[in-house]
Amino acid sequence: MVKVIKAGFYSSIQDFGRIGFQHYGVPYSGVMDRYSASMANAVLGNRKNAAVIEMTMTGATLQFNGNANICVSGADMSPKINANRIQLNKNIAVKTGDILSFGQLNYGFRSYLAISGGFKTEKIMQSRSMYQGITNLFKLHVNDELAVSDFIKMNKKNARIKVNNNHFNSDQIEVFKGPEFDLLSKEQKDELSSKTFTISKDNNRMAYQLQDPLNNSLQPIITSLVLPGTVQLTPSGKLIVLMRDCQTTGGYPRILQLKESAISVLAQKFTGQNITFKLLEY
Amino acid sequence: MAFNLVYKRFGERSVLIEWPSVINEKTLFDVLAFKDKILKSNIEFIVNINHAYNSLLITYENLKIDFESQLSSLQKIYNHKNNYEQPKFTQWHIPVCYDAVFGVDLEILSKAKNISKETIIEQHSQAIYTVYFIGFLPGFLYLGGLDDTLHFPRKETPRLKIEKGAVAIGGHQTGVYPCESPGGWNIIGNTPIPFFDVKKDNPCFATSGDRIKFYPISLKKHHEIKTLVDAGVYQLESEVVHG
Repeated sequence: MVKVIKAGFYSSIQDFGRIGFQHYGVPYSGVMDRYSASMANAVLGNRKNAAVIEMTMTGATLQFNGNANICVSGADMSPKINANRIQLNKNIAVKTGDILSFGQLNYGFRSYLAISGGFKTEKIMQSRSMYQGITNLFKLHVNDELAVSDFIKMNKKNARIKVNNNHFNSDQIEVFKGPEFDLLSKEQKDELSSKTFTISKDNNRMAYQLQDPLNNSLQPIITSLVLPGTVQLTPSGKLIVLMRDCQTTGGYPRILQLKESAISVLAQKFTGQNITFKLLEY
Repeated sequence: MAFNLVYKRFGERSVLIEWPSVINEKTLFDVLAFKDKILKSNIEFIVNINHAYNSLLITYENLKIDFESQLSSLQKIYNHKNNYEQPKFTQWHIPVCYDAVFGVDLEILSKAKNISKETIIEQHSQAIYTVYFIGFLPGFLYLGGLDDTLHFPRKETPRLKIEKGAVAIGGHQTGVYPCESPGGWNIIGNTPIPFFDVKKDNPCFATSGDRIKFYPISLKKHHEIKTLVDAGVYQLESEVVHG
């Protein structure tokens, strides 16, 4: 069991989400940055989609009630075990009573904690991903007790993995054409691929809004299907990039679709940071 | 019977199939028939199929799928002749309390449209609505069939909190909020019936193609049904209709 001493700004349990329940209107959910979460699991020899804790902007403080191996990946929030700094992307052994805490955010926006065997909290619709209305808890609170598999000791294989720094440094978001891309004018298409967009303060697990509107004359569409990574163009010209907790349907033109790895890249960005779109061919 | 469909790639692992841009039952039943045929065809690697008014989204497990061959298999499935039958469906009877306690926008609607509240309630509860699909929120049914006289624009500023079970009108649509949420529709009543129950194997009682009929109940009756629902003993009224 892992006890939550401090929850941080927004921390939740996530795996790779719910697939196959969208016809009930259930969002996909899942880790915002699949690259970093997979990395944390890989170091421990877990399945890549084992449940982890996703921490946004600030880290949580957690106490371990058993011996375990852990790995922290993603954003660097200066993790410490008791008083000692620990490395990211490294297999760390913890003992009963040890406390994991975080400090200053050095890069990235979301940090992931994997534990040997994965977290074993409530599973609903084939996923442990927390989401309000689906799971009883939708984020971590002080004094929550999180079930873990069995505190297995694991081998030292993959004890540390080197991550690709480009994942955190690149401003480039790789996209494909969305279903309504061809309705855009040449000017709009040019603007999309040449302009730098700034992430607005409205960014969360559901969607990232971008400042800097596009000139827009497109009409809304008949409500249709959307996916995480769909870029919608609103009547005011604002772009909304849907993220993991997005609704299943929408009525704004879907002009771009993020490459899956680009959703993970964007998930590490925050208010005020800049991005550019790079259009890929299918 | 066949429509002219457009097949589009949508990201790395999905295909979007689009019907002409209209909302009607003929399109809905063609979408549902195609969806059913795909489900029965056991195409490999499909992990999710979902539809809306005039579109179908097919998502594959594998990023390295050969889309050209997938598209041609899908086209073959669609064009394969079969005897199309309108499926049987269930008609659900949903109790709604239109009392002013719940129907907080009835007065506004009545004044703006110059129709009495009683007439609004009568028209809203007389129609039989078709369930097109579920989206927006878990358990939110997109319903067709709202009488023209009741069409009414969404609020300019959405309410931050709409109660679970709120029955509302937005534009030319009517619907039930399955959980507490923000929303811009005008609220005319409330149903004690849960539209999404995560604890059930089938979390939504209604499915695409089903019909919904609302019927007015008193505040007292709303309370009684709510008590039974909370105790887990309420039996929703329905009938199976053959198309």
